[in-house]
Amino acid sequence: MINTNDILETINMIENENFDVRTITMGISLLDCIDDDIDKACTKIYDKICRYAKDLVKTGEEISIDYGIPIIHKRISVTPIAMIESACQAKNPVKFAKILDKAAQEVGVNFIGGYTALCQKGFSGGDYALIESIPEALSVTERVCSSVNIGSTKAGINMDAVGKMGKIVKQTAELTADRDCIGAAKLVVFCNAPEDNPFMAGAFHGVGEPECVINVGVSGPGVVRAALAKAPDCDITEVANIVKKTAFKITRVGQLVAQEASKRLCVPFGIVDLSLAPTPAVGDSVAHILEEMGLETCGAHGTTACLALLNDAVKKGGVMASSHVGGLSGAFIPVTEDAGMIDAAKSGCLTITKLEAMTAVCSVGLDMIVIPGDTSAEIISGIIADEAAIGMVNSKTTAVRVIPAINKSAGDFLNFGGLLGGGPVMSVNYASPAKFISRGGRIPAPIQSLKN
Amino acid sequence: MKAVITVIGKDTVGILAGVAGECAKNGANVVEVTQSVMQDMFAMIMMVDISKCTVPFKDLADSLKKIGTEFGVQVHVTHEELFNTMYRV
Repeated sequence: MINTNDILETINMIENENFDVRTITMGISLLDCIDDDIDKACTKIYDKICRYAKDLVKTGEEISIDYGIPIIHKRISVTPIAMIESACQAKNPVKFAKILDKAAQEVGVNFIGGYTALCQKGFSGGDYALIESIPEALSVTERVCSSVNIGSTKAGINMDAVGKMGKIVKQTAELTADRDCIGAAKLVVFCNAPEDNPFMAGAFHGVGEPECVINVGVSGPGVVRAALAKAPDCDITEVANIVKKTAFKITRVGQLVAQEASKRLCVPFGIVDLSLAPTPAVGDSVAHILEEMGLETCGAHGTTACLALLNDAVKKGGVMASSHVGGLSGAFIPVTEDAGMIDAAKSGCLTITKLEAMTAVCSVGLDMIVIPGDTSAEIISGIIADEAAIGMVNSKTTAVRVIPAINKSAGDFLNFGGLLGGGPVMSVNYASPAKFISRGGRIPAPIQSLKN
Repeated sequence: MKAVITVIGKDTVGILAGVAGECAKNGANVVEVTQSVMQDMFAMIMMVDISKCTVPFKDLADSLKKIGTEFGVQVHVTHEELFNTMYRV
């Protein structure tokens, strides 16, 4: 028989430590839905998503019951819509957003990702029109998530796109100002965007992906924190070992769920994303793991080192537990979605500059950060450029998901509710990068040797 | 195919019989039982063979959880595979 302690440990993880599988995301290729008639393309997209994903939610719920593990989200990612839209004669990409929203509603998923443009080297036919339409698309839909890749290690950074995205983020917040600017919370600007990421808002189904695929995102910050709490006085080597062992167990469950979902839906298994994804729930915080390691508050000096250790140990533990690992895989630090980060930001200990340093060693970037409503588009572009530069030079994914809180200033609070949480408006540096941003052009791809 | 039933909570008269009875009613064969009572906290782990179970897994799990609620204890029902995956390489 299986060891009694192991069984009780697992039950305790589920009951008391917020252990869950965060998402089963079905990636669907829409390349065969391309049509020069936008209405025909929309019909094909709706039919295809409804056909492929009709059993996704039901199957997710069944697996959750069979294994006693909560599976929080069932979601869909699709081929970047800019590629589909570029074939259409009528340039009205919002139609695609509306049809994605309708299909998502029909199959019962809470988010659908892929209102996306990949323009790290320049804009192709559909990219520009799609980017221009993002504010409207995110204001008239509920479930659609959008992302734009503006840079990569191989291509450099498209500064025209960086300049444009500063304006788009701001406009998106303005158009949804009556709903706590929630549009901006569904828009991610990437450098080195992964093509198989199951997590929203940045999920899309990359061009190298198969026709249809199942990707799973695990979670479990609460489990890692609880494991560390049982060893309060061990040295840092042992801390790394505990994180590795815990990440292994968490990821094994992700692998099991992914294989089972793949089998039951007759869809190939893609990857397990090893991310530690927090939620605003008490006891499900990445910041609290860092604090358990010995920091008074997340944001204190030493935070970047703790996060580097955590991120690396999660990967080391998780990689062996799954046959295919991909996506973002690391620790997320979304401020509004993490109770510990919210407290640290409220107290003033956690600042945007510290978060920027943390993004150099964690899996994503400046995520879910509320900034003052009067922040100019150029400053947002500056934030995007800085973050993209960190990703480009370090050959890693970085992203910016900032929410300009319209009519609010530093110290006020924005509340989205649900898993998106809420957080204090964090102050930004108002010195202007406008001249730099207005130059446009491209930052050349960085050299890959002579690393110092 | 086997499932693991865990019952955790305050020790109560009849809980073992209640869970075992429900398993028998639904064609789930009890293969192994371990239980421990520490002070008045009760932890029972029951391995059952569900290959001849007459009801869908969800219904079995729901009915066992309902019994747990009646006795004021927490009942979890999980496919054995979960633990094999997590703890065996």
